[in-house]
Amino acid sequence: MIWIIALVLRLALWLLLAPLFPGLINKVKAWVAGRRGPSVLQLYYDLARLWRKKVVLSTLVSPGFVIGPAVAWVALAAAALLLPLGPAGAAISFRGDVILFIYLLALARFCTAWAAMETGSAFEGMGAAREVSYAVLAEAAVMTAVLSLSIPSGSVSLVTMLTPPAWAGAVLLAAGLFTVLLAENCRVPFDDPNTHLELTMVHEVMVLDHSGPLLGVILHGASIKLLLFAVLLTEAVLPMAKLPPLAGAVVLTGGVLTVTLGIALVESMLARFAFKRVPLLLTTAFILCLFALLLAWKGGAS
Amino acid sequence: MSGTLNLLIGLAMGLNLIALGSGRLPSLIRAMSLQGVVLGLLPLVMEHGIDWRIGLVAIATIVGKGVIIPYLLRRAMRAASIESEIEPIIGYVPSLLLGAGSAIAAVALAKTLPLLPEHNGSLLVPGSIASILTGFILLIGRVKAISQVCGYLILENGIYLFGLLLIHSMPLLVEAGLLLDLTVGVFVIGIIVDRIQRAFDSLDTRKLTALRE
Repeated sequence: MIWIIALVLRLALWLLLAPLFPGLINKVKAWVAGRRGPSVLQLYYDLARLWRKKVVLSTLVSPGFVIGPAVAWVALAAAALLLPLGPAGAAISFRGDVILFIYLLALARFCTAWAAMETGSAFEGMGAAREVSYAVLAEAAVMTAVLSLSIPSGSVSLVTMLTPPAWAGAVLLAAGLFTVLLAENCRVPFDDPNTHLELTMVHEVMVLDHSGPLLGVILHGASIKLLLFAVLLTEAVLPMAKLPPLAGAVVLTGGVLTVTLGIALVESMLARFAFKRVPLLLTTAFILCLFALLLAWKGGAS
Repeated sequence: MSGTLNLLIGLAMGLNLIALGSGRLPSLIRAMSLQGVVLGLLPLVMEHGIDWRIGLVAIATIVGKGVIIPYLLRRAMRAASIESEIEPIIGYVPSLLLGAGSAIAAVALAKTLPLLPEHNGSLLVPGSIASILTGFILLIGRVKAISQVCGYLILENGIYLFGLLLIHSMPLLVEAGLLLDLTVGVFVIGIIVDRIQRAFDSLDTRKLTALRE
């Protein structure tokens, strides 16, 4: 019984806290640009507004248009439950859960792309094609990062993998995973979340035809994904295993806030890259993770 | 001590990849010269007591590879008014992957080599092999004469790294002579680059193979 209550509480924590972080990023971006910016809680207002609206369905769409975002949202929430939260551990943990974690993220992406294709618009198909072609490269980097974490700990369970010792590869891993985070969450060097210029949109293209609660679910899912990657990055890099629970929680929160700040600063200072340069950047992320893997492998052997 | 050494060599290996991924000549030259500076610091880190000769070689390497050679290259670039885009034959992503692959292959190869026990944990041999292979990739995969010079210099950095293995027994005079040769070589190449530019209106080395009156 206690287990179920803990599960529900943790899920509520994830779902309620996640929309805060896009707001924080926007606030910091506004500060850097010298504006006041929207409230930190803006995404909550948006979600509440979208929830009250009606859904407009095109005559072309099949049920996939509705099922896609819903499945994606559930997959992301489930992935959030698998991820340990510092000293609190994970809600659900078993051997090999990291593979389920990666596949849940992939399922979420597939469903978003599927729902985008269901509209029958070539424009959204283009967005979906771009999204998945970025994902191919980003996923390789994530896989390599996961391998480099699993070799030193000798385990394939997220709880033990994400309590790394302090090692030199953490720097490489941090750089690689941060780049992946930017790519996966459609942040600036890869995609501009604010853009409405048709030819440059990636993620925004896919959700153009969604409205009302469906769009709300997509936006909320995206915010969960952002928080998911921020937590993953913090826990993969910082050696928090030996800390007492309270200090661990503080360090985790600090790490996630630092990542958020980092995203905001990157967005303020960089412009979007040309499409031609994106594979190069993602390959760099992959190579950074690969070198972390090499370091883990070599360190383990000698 | 071994930690600092490996960190510096790791940095040099990272600079290899930056050199492979950079799309403009100035950034390629910068990566190459930075690698020279990093390698120049190595003898100071390796030795316990700092000998004046070792200090001299270190300073000569840092000044030569970090200041003089990049200066000569930049001057040649300005003199021949070369535009700074590199036109790769092997694209950036494939050459990056090749570079990463060669770095991994170098680490794997160094494990199987019969090295002295004191060199076993260090990255000296992998770093040197990786730099040599990176130099080869740059030499093969870029068409402009200046970027090929950079490839050649990175290759030389790899040879220098290998030479550091023998720092106890090899007379440092050889190192110094090598450095002097290199500077003269780059100087000469600077002149040649200027000549090629005047004769062919381009630095594309592919045009050199075509016969002309």
